[in-house]
Amino acid sequence: MSADLPVVCWFEECRRDSVPLVGGKCSSLGELIGAGVRVPPGFALTTEGFRRFMSEAGIDREISTLLRGLDPQDMTALEAASASIRQQIEARPFSMETEDLVAENYRKLSVRCCMPAVPVAVRSSATAEDLPGASFAGQQDTYLWIRGVDEVLHHMRRCISSLYTGRAIAYRANHGFADEEVAISVGVQKMANSYTAGVMFTIHPANGDRSVIVIDSNFGFGESVVSGEVTPDHFVVNKITLDIIDRTISQKELCYTVDLATQQSIAVEVPFERQKVQSLIDDEVTELAWMGKQIEKHYGCPMDIEWAVDKDLPAGGNIFILQARPETVWSKKQQAPLAAAGASAMDYILSGMLEGKKLN
Amino acid sequence: MKFQNPHDVKAKTIPGTEGWERMYPYQYQFVTDDAERNQYEKDSFWFYDGLHYPEPLYPFDTIWDEAWYLALSQFNNRIFMVPPVRGVDHRIINGYVYISPVPVKDGAEIGSRVPHFMERAGYYYKNWDALEAKWKVKMESTIRELEALQIPSLPEMEHLDVVTGALGESQGYHLLKNYDDLINLGIKCWQYHFEFLNLGYAAYVFFLDFMQKQFPSMPTQRVTQMISGIDVIMYQPDEELKKLARKAIELGVDGTVCSNPAWTVVEAALKKQDSGTAWLAAVDSVREPWFNVSTGTGWFHHDRSWNDQMDVPLSGIATYIGKLKQGVTIERPTEKVRAERDRITAEYRDLISKEEDRKQFDELLGCAKTVFPYVENHLFYVEHWFHSVFWNKMREVGAIMQQHGMIAEVEDIWLMRRDEIKTALWDVVTAWATGVKPRGAYTWPKEILWRKGVMDKFKEWNAPPAIGIAPEVIQEPFTIVLWGVTNKSLADWSAVQEIADPDNVTELKGFAGSPGIVEGLARVCKTVAEVGQLQEGEILVAPTTSPSWAPVFVKIKACITDVGGVMSHAAIVCREYGLPAVVGTGHATKIIKSGMMLRVDGSTGVISIVR
Repeated sequence: MSADLPVVCWFEECRRDSVPLVGGKCSSLGELIGAGVRVPPGFALTTEGFRRFMSEAGIDREISTLLRGLDPQDMTALEAASASIRQQIEARPFSMETEDLVAENYRKLSVRCCMPAVPVAVRSSATAEDLPGASFAGQQDTYLWIRGVDEVLHHMRRCISSLYTGRAIAYRANHGFADEEVAISVGVQKMANSYTAGVMFTIHPANGDRSVIVIDSNFGFGESVVSGEVTPDHFVVNKITLDIIDRTISQKELCYTVDLATQQSIAVEVPFERQKVQSLIDDEVTELAWMGKQIEKHYGCPMDIEWAVDKDLPAGGNIFILQARPETVWSKKQQAPLAAAGASAMDYILSGMLEGKKLN
Repeated sequence: MKFQNPHDVKAKTIPGTEGWERMYPYQYQFVTDDAERNQYEKDSFWFYDGLHYPEPLYPFDTIWDEAWYLALSQFNNRIFMVPPVRGVDHRIINGYVYISPVPVKDGAEIGSRVPHFMERAGYYYKNWDALEAKWKVKMESTIRELEALQIPSLPEMEHLDVVTGALGESQGYHLLKNYDDLINLGIKCWQYHFEFLNLGYAAYVFFLDFMQKQFPSMPTQRVTQMISGIDVIMYQPDEELKKLARKAIELGVDGTVCSNPAWTVVEAALKKQDSGTAWLAAVDSVREPWFNVSTGTGWFHHDRSWNDQMDVPLSGIATYIGKLKQGVTIERPTEKVRAERDRITAEYRDLISKEEDRKQFDELLGCAKTVFPYVENHLFYVEHWFHSVFWNKMREVGAIMQQHGMIAEVEDIWLMRRDEIKTALWDVVTAWATGVKPRGAYTWPKEILWRKGVMDKFKEWNAPPAIGIAPEVIQEPFTIVLWGVTNKSLADWSAVQEIADPDNVTELKGFAGSPGIVEGLARVCKTVAEVGQLQEGEILVAPTTSPSWAPVFVKIKACITDVGGVMSHAAIVCREYGLPAVVGTGHATKIIKSGMMLRVDGSTGVISIVR
């Protein structure tokens, strides 16, 4: 246990190299903030906070006992151990000190968002997400629309317990990872109360054209776009000049919104008169594309980005980036260059003439 | 893709125009009597050259079509030996020109043309700047020859000098000879026109091709923006107007200059003041050559120059004086344009991932930038300067024909083919020499009256954009760039044929000429003479624009044209001024009416009419 490592830290204090402390998700959000990108504000319970919780509550010793001698092939025994561990984690309180630190940050976050008990998303941020087999890190649990510090603390524990699903334990046992080495961080982030949301690629997903940014959008949360349940509005923006060069406004029959009673997002029908209305106005398309361009520039490769336009905030400061990761499909393709090495302009003109322009 | 059979299209003669074929050269006809030619015509792909000819051709105006029929084809097929293509064949239906690129079909022949092409085209590309400098000298001396050419009138009695100088030649002979010289100078000028153009376009096309293979969604306008010149000769006439506006203010005559839209009135008023005469002298010093700029494309006899219509530059000067008085800058934002061009070029280059491709980009960009000034500048020399002088020389010929009763008005001469004029001049000259009445004085006025009726009927006809059978591959560079023949354009063309009810059209498509979206009221100006009605902030809808329209661009919100591609004047100027433009819509001036509410999207090329 190291005394000088923080228990909680704001996203803006995190960087790309903060993965051991705050996990992949939170460090990437910090990295985005550092790059000048607007992301919904929030903070992380660090892996240090996680370790203290596990040791102070004495859970780590009990886990070792429960897991000792367990046969990773015996799913029944595994599930029983998992249920017991998870029940213990979710039942034990954090230390007073950790509770105070989380409560203080949550209060500050509410002040920053100008909302009492601001609704937040609580999600796990694993330290080894990029390793093969996502199960290493446990389920990527996400809890939305959480309000109030007690609820926040409760769902932080639920995220931590997700590290001990039966599958995660088995995976670690099979691959020789010691359970003591496993760490998790939990992110607490303002819920983007999205009016409109969707995805953005800084490369054309259909043809690999790097000079465009492609945006898909629908009203409500981005789930409807990500899941493919609706045909979203589609924009193609020139990356260099930020002009919208193509657009398709689709009929969007449903969108996701929050059911505050159950704190879950639910699909609702879009009122008929709005179904064919452009879900993202041109200025927003341009601003979003500009953000996409900055993110790509920062990471140095084409990116796959989730975003939202927040309805609680005024225009000009209401577009947020929720997630950004390198695009993988086109980046992995090895493409032959168009040009033959050492070809002069004349060579290209001649070969182009001989080939001609295909019609039909 | 199959379109209507050309012979079927032609067979549906418009009632009252029977016999129209005699208004054009015989080789322009689609034929049914010659089986071999008939089959060739059926199997070929013909598209309506709406880019150059928004309206049916007057018989005389066919001269430039014949001139480029020859020049483009010979440079492709006999001089540079472009491997896979010969020339571009021409036909006319109801006054509308149809063209067809002719491929080399035999693979072995293509191969045998390659080394010649590499040697010949290579020579031009390698020595481009030096050869272009030579071109300018040749072109200017041709224009000077044209300007010096006299069209003599036929005197009652020849001058005594003919006797004392023992000249031995009459004015009648000189009229015949000089008419030939006039026509030959025109044809020569068009020989030069294509000396560099085929290769210039090829360099541009394949740079474009390379970029669009790298970036499939890259708009053509961005490729053009990378290579367009900043100090293009075509901008010079407009620059002169700005200078004259400043000069008027400096001399304190701006009030008089703006006092009346009629040049003659303003000129008379200025002559009464010393500073006015000084300003008029400044105007005179730039009229040659800059006021030879045409108010249209220069392709047609009705495209008059500024020199012919001084009210047009006057209105431009008055607009600039108004802007200067309001403290608005009228300078072209050249620094900004340059910086933006460089930024765009660098950013696209950075996005090319392979080192070989970046090298190829540098090569092709360098080549395209070398050739492009010619592509932009030849227009001023040929279509504007030469043509403006040429049309007026032809009017002098018309005046002589009128004097001798062959035609009722000078402007009737355009209804005659140039070889018919030659024959008619023989009729005039021999009758003059003999002292009798020319035969044509009886026949021509009747024929011209009939031809006028035919032309009116032709104007009502909707020329189908394409006929015949589209090939699978097009290799002729002009066909690709200038006329934009692509899968998409073929599809659009077949859609155009289906516009049944122009009064209910709510959306029009054209080429995305300059990006941006605006809404505003339409102002349809069929000629530059109508731009006086244009109000600040309106959307200009015109058949096409030329540099003489330049002053209107400081007033308008967006521009729409019937004719032109992304390299047309309207598109280039709008990009400079940051105004949206949709060009080459085909028939915007027919469908849109002044006062309609429009939404113009210059990034997608879509115009919505709010009805």
